[in-house]
Amino acid sequence: SQFNLLLVMLFVTADIISTVEFNHSGELLATGDKGGRVVIFQQELESKNQPQCRGEYNVYSTFQSHEPEFDYLKSLEIEEKINKIRWLPQKNAAQFLLSTNDKTIKLWKISERDKRPEGYNLKEEDGRYRDPTTVTTLRVPVFQPMDLMVEASPRRVFANAHTYHINSISVNSDCETYLSADDLRINLWNLEITDRSFNIVDIKPVNMEELTEVITAAEFHPNQCNTFVYSSSKGTIRLCDMRASALCDQHSKLFEEPEDPSNRSFFSEIISSISDVKFSHSGRYMMTRDYLSVKIWDLNMESRPVETYQVHEYLRSKLCSLYENDCIFDKFECCWNGNDSVVMTGSYNNFFRMFDRGYRQDVTLEASRESSKPRSVLKPRKVCTGGKRKKDEISVDSLDFNKKILHTAWHPQDNIIAVATTNNLYIFQDKL
Amino acid sequence: MTLLCQAPAALVGWPPWLEASVQHSSQFWMANMYSKGTKRKFYDSVDAATDNKAALYSRQRQSLLDMSLIKLQLCHMLVEPNMCRSVLIANTVRHIQEEMTHDGSWQLVTEAFGSSGPSDHLVATEVLCRSSALEQQGGGPKLYSVMGYDGCREEEVVTDEALCSVTFSGGAPSLLGTIDHCWDRAELRMAAVEDRVIKDSGSEVESGEGAKTVMGQVFGTFEIKNGAPGSDPALEELFSAVDASYYDLDTMLTSIQSTPKMGPYNLLDSMASSHGPTSNSSCRTDLSELDHIMEIIVGS
Repeated sequence: SQFNLLLVMLFVTADIISTVEFNHSGELLATGDKGGRVVIFQQELESKNQPQCRGEYNVYSTFQSHEPEFDYLKSLEIEEKINKIRWLPQKNAAQFLLSTNDKTIKLWKISERDKRPEGYNLKEEDGRYRDPTTVTTLRVPVFQPMDLMVEASPRRVFANAHTYHINSISVNSDCETYLSADDLRINLWNLEITDRSFNIVDIKPVNMEELTEVITAAEFHPNQCNTFVYSSSKGTIRLCDMRASALCDQHSKLFEEPEDPSNRSFFSEIISSISDVKFSHSGRYMMTRDYLSVKIWDLNMESRPVETYQVHEYLRSKLCSLYENDCIFDKFECCWNGNDSVVMTGSYNNFFRMFDRGYRQDVTLEASRESSKPRSVLKPRKVCTGGKRKKDEISVDSLDFNKKILHTAWHPQDNIIAVATTNNLYIFQDKL
Repeated sequence: MTLLCQAPAALVGWPPWLEASVQHSSQFWMANMYSKGTKRKFYDSVDAATDNKAALYSRQRQSLLDMSLIKLQLCHMLVEPNMCRSVLIANTVRHIQEEMTHDGSWQLVTEAFGSSGPSDHLVATEVLCRSSALEQQGGGPKLYSVMGYDGCREEEVVTDEALCSVTFSGGAPSLLGTIDHCWDRAELRMAAVEDRVIKDSGSEVESGEGAKTVMGQVFGTFEIKNGAPGSDPALEELFSAVDASYYDLDTMLTSIQSTPKMGPYNLLDSMASSHGPTSNSSCRTDLSELDHIMEIIVGS
């Protein structure tokens, strides 16, 4: 097998991880949690002892991004859980990221301070003011090195633009605008302007009782600043061009695979609901995740995906039970590797799956302390779907549906992946 | 029409809001369903096997419907419910209702509840996972196609969950463990609702109506709820000047974004002056002012 992964880091988090995202260089890895906190990890420089270990990340900064709020008009709580984090491309020494909960998006600036000015004329070193009459000479304050301090400060708060729950944010390739999507609407923002946003998609019906479809995810094209896609709970993806009109309710392209009549059931629609959509780095393809599969679409072909990978087909016969325990509504994310040759997504029992598009190989791996001995290659796992269970196989009935991997991220250049279980963050790297 | 009812002892443990909302939203739908009560027919032994399968499927489908309705009702919690989930469940309810109306299985449903005891509900749910040719064929026969094309396999159908691609070697799978609990509640709730069935409307059941009421109930929560009962009297007074019909969040948000924020002293003045008959424009201004007042009150 060409998947040889080593566990490099394991972090235990205080709260349930709700989003994971590498920045554009891969040097920083941000996680958001259910408690509204953001934890940023930084990649360690290659050490001389272990020159091939690139996956070492350590905590760089922690801050409280969102607090719980109360909506008085609806008498409902607004959760502080971070739904998504998206990094801005780096322009100067500071790093910027957008983090969002259900209602409010915030732009955070993360900056380092490793020097401080010393030698003030009017202040003592401890900050107390000196009596000016005691100053007899003047000196020029100088910067002296100090212990590295990482500061996170909120630079913008984008509030009051979403009636429904925000599920996606996406920074445009123009680096000036970004979109935020909730269940029924998508808004376009300028990063500098917080009191105004443009509504570009609105699928709310006049009569809410006629609502049958919601927006589940949205993303800007990586290269074309006028293009974005959004997915729906009915398994469709719409590609929109902002040059066509101000309100993009009319799609430019509609991607939808015809239903397989032999697989129809009462759960067909639910499992076709798309939980994540991601453009490839090249911008030629996009990937969608529905409950049982991952699909790769060529943007030039709307009629069907060019590739389909089954994540856990053995669950198809369990849909009723999974409906009863609500697992059928779990929203799994998916991600591409740096050169778009491999895609990855999570599953249950702390399993995650990787599909190599070129070699047509796939693997099931487990992120758990028991099965990952540090520095030893992860063993592929196999789910037994019937008949005799071989040694080392796990039967479908033994799967733990409380242990789900919803969030995974891939380093933009290297084969380093971050996998979040409920409250553990695993970082694996390729064995070289 | 008489139905076997057990004393809904388990309902005593439910929180009152759940009990009330479940009964309220399902009442209408259930009333329509039961209004078409029919006598049970006696089947001779030749058709018994096939009709057992049909009845089994109907019970399965009914259980799924009950489960779905309960899920929709359980959405009413402190945090706003997940809209995607609610929409998907509501669509499932709609599909089931459409199918039940289409194949005219109201009679089967009432029989299922009339004849079976609680244990009959605790059957394998996997049978429902494959409806396969069900929706492709019309009328009565399509129920049979779900069960299998070979008459000899009827035994397998019930015990083997053969309709699904996976067969397990034996023993209740861990996934199904929690279903009993949910189904007990579903069945007891049915019993409670039967006690309170509203009078027969006498009209043809329209599948859309019951669904629409349920949908309205669910999606109504995404619009403004008219204040919690027993709220702060000071706040009541504050809001008393505002016409409640303007509690449209969209409108309010639009007006907030366009209306410049006012200082606290200006707000109190304008609140005093806007008491009395309210007009369109003053209501919108009032709402943005109220939002500002709320911010001040809670010190956000």
